[in-house]
Amino acid sequence: MSEDDVDRIDRNRRHFLTVATAVTGAVGAGMVAVPFLSSLKPSARAQALGAPVEVPIGSMQPGEMVRVLWRGKLVFVLRRTEEMLERLGENLGQLRDPDSEVVEQQPPYSTNEYRSVKPEYLVVEGSCTHLGCAPLEDFEVRPNENWGGGFFCPCHGSKFDLAGRVFKGVPAPTNLRVPPHRFVRDDLILLGQDTGAA
Amino acid sequence: MARIEAEVGKPQGGFMKWIDDRFPFTSTMKYHATEYYASKNFNFWYVFGVLAMVVLVIQLVTGVFLTMNYKPAAAEAFASVEYIMRDVEWGWLIRYMHSTGASFFFIVVYLHMFRAMLYGSYKKPRELIWIIGMLIFFVLMAEGFAGYLLPWGQMSYWGAQVIISLFGAIPGIGEGLVEIIRGDYSISDITLNRFFALHVIVLPLSLIGLIFVHIVALHEVGSNNPDGIEIKQNKGADGVPVDGVAFHPYHTSKDLVAIIVFLMLFSAVVFFAPDMGGYFLEHANFEPANLTATPEHIAPVWYFTPFYAILRAVPDKLWGFILFGTAVLLPVFLPWLDRARVKSIRYRGWIYRSALSIFVVTFLSLGWLGTQPAEPIYVLAARIFSVLYFAFFLLMPYYTTVDKTKPVPERVVYHG
Repeated sequence: MSEDDVDRIDRNRRHFLTVATAVTGAVGAGMVAVPFLSSLKPSARAQALGAPVEVPIGSMQPGEMVRVLWRGKLVFVLRRTEEMLERLGENLGQLRDPDSEVVEQQPPYSTNEYRSVKPEYLVVEGSCTHLGCAPLEDFEVRPNENWGGGFFCPCHGSKFDLAGRVFKGVPAPTNLRVPPHRFVRDDLILLGQDTGAA
Repeated sequence: MARIEAEVGKPQGGFMKWIDDRFPFTSTMKYHATEYYASKNFNFWYVFGVLAMVVLVIQLVTGVFLTMNYKPAAAEAFASVEYIMRDVEWGWLIRYMHSTGASFFFIVVYLHMFRAMLYGSYKKPRELIWIIGMLIFFVLMAEGFAGYLLPWGQMSYWGAQVIISLFGAIPGIGEGLVEIIRGDYSISDITLNRFFALHVIVLPLSLIGLIFVHIVALHEVGSNNPDGIEIKQNKGADGVPVDGVAFHPYHTSKDLVAIIVFLMLFSAVVFFAPDMGGYFLEHANFEPANLTATPEHIAPVWYFTPFYAILRAVPDKLWGFILFGTAVLLPVFLPWLDRARVKSIRYRGWIYRSALSIFVVTFLSLGWLGTQPAEPIYVLAARIFSVLYFAFFLLMPYYTTVDKTKPVPERVVYHG
């Protein structure tokens, strides 16, 4: 390049080309990133495995609880006794969200005082809303400890009542989540699918 | 002191010249070893950088051999680890070296970081070395965490459940982020598969790259020393710092002694206490993952427990996550939090000496508390120590300013 050529360099043009190249490259890189990032999302098979699960409840005794897996998540199905249901009205002052006002934690058909479609049958995810440990069932009533039965998370000490409602002063922020479900028959729950209403 | 002319320092002909005309071998060796001058008064605390490299090599070699028999699938992972332990010739040794190596990596790295705090190695002009070092520490934490899921034991599964759920505490994007990390609606085969990819490819590659940059930055500014003196400011007629000796052969021979002692301790654990009483390999992890029951007592491996204790001390999900994250990130800012005019603890006043001592007790106490069940007395203690942990960093600009320092000598000294 001779001295004369240097004088004839159009710096604006060069700057424009540099910026245009960089921007085009960045847009291209961003677009290429899309398939890679999308591949990290749950795959079609993972979504398909989230298919509804049937839970037969015909042989469950009052006070009995079964654990089932749906989408790899633990779900508790508890057949509550009359006595358990009566106790749900007590100690409401100690609960963080006694009226299930956090809407994401249960479908509309379970937004009631029992947090269930049929008062007897509690269906909740067995995953503590703090950091996802499986709470332990502790249905023994201990009045001196002010404990009317419920769930206790061994990891960080969160406590829930027999409707999966969280107590105040524990790390878990919300009630146990009620998964979508419906009663196909009186003795069969379909977990993971509902008709939108009870 | 008579200097030994090392082999690679000699003018070369023949084969070495042929290489050097095509690749900067001799000059690189000189720059990074035979003519890299580090202070002659290095002490015990200056062996942990080299030891970290030794553990890295142990982990890379044993890791490669483990991948030849391990199966990263939920249905097979646990059994494949047992297969390595029982049926593969010497498989138990390779696996125990890898699991013990993970804990030793953190022991060595924590001591390496403590050395920097003792002698102000993070202070100007070494801020960037410290920041790169902290990035190495973060990658190492991710590497340890991803690796812990691979045996697919009870603690693997539920530990990962707790740590991944932590990210769910971030408002707005939390739930989506957790789904992207897991690749599923719960921790599953898919999660295990991608953690394997992270553990054997992404994170080790990042680690090696960061360590390379760490050393390049170190060799640019030169190593600190127990006096916190810049030895490059006092050079002899030959242009060599008068207080410096060549890294090779002087420091390497000292490091060789440290490596031998280290390998003795390492072997003692591998052969006689590979689970270290449940601290290096947690007992619950000898059971395969059970998705329907959390172990009664759940705690991460010991090297995460100081931060875990802080998380658990907070009775709120979001604040727990914020304080946990802050506790991990805060040391990054040490170069700017520390306002003292001297680097080394030798010339600092009683305030910093006390603060650092309290910090050591705090860190160890939090570590112990993190391994204990969440009983009220432990939670209370964890809260007190969490306050002390944050106070050490956040009050540092104040107490390092008012602390009385002693004059720093011109030349390095051997006592102190």
